Amino acid sequence: MCTVCGCTEGTPSTECAKTHDAESHARYYTHVQDDCDRHYAHPHGDQGLQRSYHARDSHSHHHRSVHHQAHGGQALLSGGAGPAALKVTGMSRERVIQIERDILGKNNGIAADNRALFVADDLLVFNLVSSPGAGKTTLLVRAVSELKRSRPVGVIEGDQQTSSDAERIRAAGVSAIQVNTGKGCHLDAAVIGEAYRRLPRLTGGILFIENVGNLVCPAAFDLGEACKIVVLSITEGEDKPLKYPDMFAASSLMVINKIDLAPLLEFDLGKTIEYARRVSPKIDVLVVSARTGEGFGELYAWIDRQARHQRHVVEDKRR
Amino acid sequence: MHEMAICLGIIQIVEEELRHRSFSRVRSVCLEMGALSHAAPEAIRFCFAVVATRTVAEGAVLNIVELPGVAWCMSCSKSIEIARRGERCPCCGSYQLQVTAGEQMRVKELEID
Ligand SMILES: [Zn+2]
Repeated sequence: MCTVCGCTEGTPSTECAKTHDAESHARYYTHVQDDCDRHYAHPHGDQGLQRSYHARDSHSHHHRSVHHQAHGGQALLSGGAGPAALKVTGMSRERVIQIERDILGKNNGIAADNRALFVADDLLVFNLVSSPGAGKTTLLVRAVSELKRSRPVGVIEGDQQTSSDAERIRAAGVSAIQVNTGKGCHLDAAVIGEAYRRLPRLTGGILFIENVGNLVCPAAFDLGEACKIVVLSITEGEDKPLKYPDMFAASSLMVINKIDLAPLLEFDLGKTIEYARRVSPKIDVLVVSARTGEGFGELYAWIDRQARHQRHVVEDKRR
Repeated sequence: MHEMAICLGIIQIVEEELRHRSFSRVRSVCLEMGALSHAAPEAIRFCFAVVATRTVAEGAVLNIVELPGVAWCMSCSKSIEIARRGERCPCCGSYQLQVTAGEQMRVKELEID
């Protein structure tokens, strides 16, 4: 049982949310206030907005003692009895330990290491995400063949099975490492750290990570990139940003691809941009065709601005 | 299904705790999940049972405390609750929102034997 909210197996959280009412919450919060002076980690009562949801009957009195001990005694306790009964042994072997750890903490730690390494190597890293078929690989092939003239460029290709994408990139004349995720639906920071060590040095250059084609899962995993770029093709419809808001919110740039097909399709560019800005008011937007090369000048200009920005940040840190 | 990877992360955390203190099994795991986090509670529940099999958390009850999404409306300067990204401000109708809370995914506590 959770000592904070008292949720038990009988009260799934969605049900909790429905049955929660402000009055029982307020009552509960008051008694905690009275009894417990170490409730800083407690999600209740933080201006009402941070509150967690509870079933009304979970705020019963036996709960309070367990709760109280958990805060006051930091960790180990025998539950089910008030403080006065703590000496009674054999009543229950239950213990509740508070751990308060981020589930993605391990990935985020490795991502931070990757990011530090990329910055130390003066490398700008972009994490490209899209749904399958948006044209990421075609876009990358064009971009790397042109960008490699002015700086070192490398690619880490994430794919569930094949290695054909990496071969297409290598054919364009840049280093590429293929990472097969198998059944995995996303790349994680550890995989990127390992793949990066196998690439030749790219100091002063650009590393593109082509994530698995999936607009849901890769949003959750920081790889240590400078930013995410979401690629959306006009064949996918205008409402993709609203259907997959987390990914668009996580991205700094939306590249709308296959604009050369616009005369053949009913596609409302303005609406797509408006929807993307609903989930991410500051997202940059570029319109390109990876097939014809339309819009790539603007894409390179955007990349150059990111490179200058990263350099400024690094210089400021050194000062 | 990145919820599988997220559940593996939960089990990893449980096993790290096991290295620091002795316990024979985990009766329940309490998670805190924001409405704007990258996982659906139903999917987490489903995956957790699978991932916990043959670990110290096998059969453990999963309790999920869901926290609301909170955003700052840049148009009317109010803090508001949102259920998902892309919603408008209930006060002024603006979409100029900056998420301020509700993105967390945490293991809060374990009930152990
Ligand atoms: Zn507003």
